[in-house]
Amino acid sequence: MAAFILRRLAQSILVMLVVGLVAFFMFQFLGDPVNQMVGIDTPEAEREALRERLGLNDPLVIRFGKFVVNAAQLEFGLSYQHKSPVTDLLLERMPATIELSMVSAVIAFALALPAGVYTGLYRNRWSSKAMLTLSLVGISVPTFLIGILFIYLFAVVLGWLPSFGRGDVVTLPGGWTTGLLTVSGLKAIILPALTLGLFTLTLIMRLIRAEMLEVLRTDYIKFARARGLTNRAVNFGHALKNTMVPVITVTGLLLGNLIAFAIITESVFQWPGMGRLFLQSIQEVDLPVMSAYLVMISFLFVVLNLIVDILYYVVDPRLRVEGHGGGH
Amino acid sequence: MTDTASNKIAATRPSLLYRIWDHELCYSFRNSPLTVAAAAVTLLLILAAVFAGIIAPHNPFDLASIDLMDSELPPVWSADGDPRFLLGTDNLGRDIYSTILYGMRISLLVGFASVILSAVIGITAGLVAGYIGGKVDAVIMRIADIQLSFPTILIALLIDGIMRGILDREQHDAMIIPVLVLSIGISNWVQYARTVRGSTLVERNKEYVQAARIIGLHPILIMIRHVLPNVMGPVLVIATLGLAFAILTEATLSFLGVGMPPTEPSLGTLIQIGNDFLFSGLWWIAIFPGMTLAILVLAVNLLGDWLRDALNPKLR
Repeated sequence: MAAFILRRLAQSILVMLVVGLVAFFMFQFLGDPVNQMVGIDTPEAEREALRERLGLNDPLVIRFGKFVVNAAQLEFGLSYQHKSPVTDLLLERMPATIELSMVSAVIAFALALPAGVYTGLYRNRWSSKAMLTLSLVGISVPTFLIGILFIYLFAVVLGWLPSFGRGDVVTLPGGWTTGLLTVSGLKAIILPALTLGLFTLTLIMRLIRAEMLEVLRTDYIKFARARGLTNRAVNFGHALKNTMVPVITVTGLLLGNLIAFAIITESVFQWPGMGRLFLQSIQEVDLPVMSAYLVMISFLFVVLNLIVDILYYVVDPRLRVEGHGGGH
Repeated sequence: MTDTASNKIAATRPSLLYRIWDHELCYSFRNSPLTVAAAAVTLLLILAAVFAGIIAPHNPFDLASIDLMDSELPPVWSADGDPRFLLGTDNLGRDIYSTILYGMRISLLVGFASVILSAVIGITAGLVAGYIGGKVDAVIMRIADIQLSFPTILIALLIDGIMRGILDREQHDAMIIPVLVLSIGISNWVQYARTVRGSTLVERNKEYVQAARIIGLHPILIMIRHVLPNVMGPVLVIATLGLAFAILTEATLSFLGVGMPPTEPSLGTLIQIGNDFLFSGLWWIAIFPGMTLAILVLAVNLLGDWLRDALNPKLR
């Protein structure tokens, strides 16, 4: 167990170093930071002095070391565009993104679970087939188009829900802002969360269905039925429980995807999150913001991956018995 | 005597066309009406895009033919519709039907080109990793693993951002199609590499590869001439599904404002333009390009799904 976690940890650190390297090179070779700081008529000697002072003339390895140390302390410098510390900009917008992703994950999971179980148990009913066809359409229609259709239907035509923004937010102690405690905030999160969660929903639903079909064929389910257990006990106590291992891992990985795909949803609904900031930074070539977002989101991904790996190991006893000598 | 025999064989030997028709792949194709429909729709859309210049009633990029007086007209069947504009016009007076045809051309161009790029990178990496093995294999697959843990849209956005840093704004706008192909292509090579590597590992121990090695063929020649043709089946499936995904990614990037500019719109750009007018009730500017995109992607996805099942020996 310890060896397994250590190996995973080493791999995660490697990933972070690679990401750091990409972010570092983006900083170093795209655009001269000195040009961003001084006027056009600044003499070359002054620029050189500034370069020396900023440590830009140090060897590459030392500069990368400094970058890693700074990144670990969440120091990414000033945004070219906003002229304020990048970390503040990102942290300010982080609650909005995390909240959106979490709410969509909950919605996706809460809807996918019953839908997946239903289509798995009653695979031949027309309603199951309709759900599956609908989910194929859901995969083919891009997220942003679904968002637009939602806005047109629920905000423009029906006028039930707001089409943009986060509504009223409450600041909790610790600086975390939440829209989940106000009516307008709750109304505002429905459409973006549904839009963001729809793709994940279809994936989890199809996964649960496939797993259910697999498990329902096994001998222990037949035996449970032979013992005269109620359908409910067999379907939920025995079958569903055994589908959960892959479902949990995939859900964990999809959580990272939700945060990344929030870039699109935030853009459609003008949601004030990190994704929109990242998108603006690409358009403006605001390198500090780009690399800081990259490092932070990669860290999030790596942590999620690590948790999922460990969870997999904890949930599935077979892995513990076999060990990991055989490779995969 | 021998002459009549060979004549007999020639007579009984079915024609090439018949052999294609009789092939099991074609048989499964003929027996799936949904697939036939999907193929017909895909073909129709591709032809419409290729011959946009002939089919389209207007040229949306010819400024002289655009009249602002025609702007924001609804589709033909609504009360204020104009028979000249089948699906209505946008805010600049451009015919929606024509812009969709031209936009689809760009979407398909970027889609096909980036699929080819991903396939070339992925197949090369997979062949090399699988055939040579050892450290080369470990390095390539580790890179693939790392890239796979990030969503493709993030990688595509990042490459696009880096290209913006390297090129200045005008250069970037002029080279937007190659930049998009590069960012979508690079972000999708991993799947090809993993699949090809897997099949190569199986193939390289087979006798025909050993025989080729014994007669002294160069490894590169063995990889291309002998291994590659035998691992192409799954690649075809990935490429078909990849085309749908590439078209979607391009549309997403354009919608987000980091893809095709409004002066040279793809389907995604058209939807983005239309998005601004949804609130004024001008639904047709966004909805028609959106529907075209969804139908195109759905049809290609259905084709890919069918191909995957048809080439899967377990399901036969």
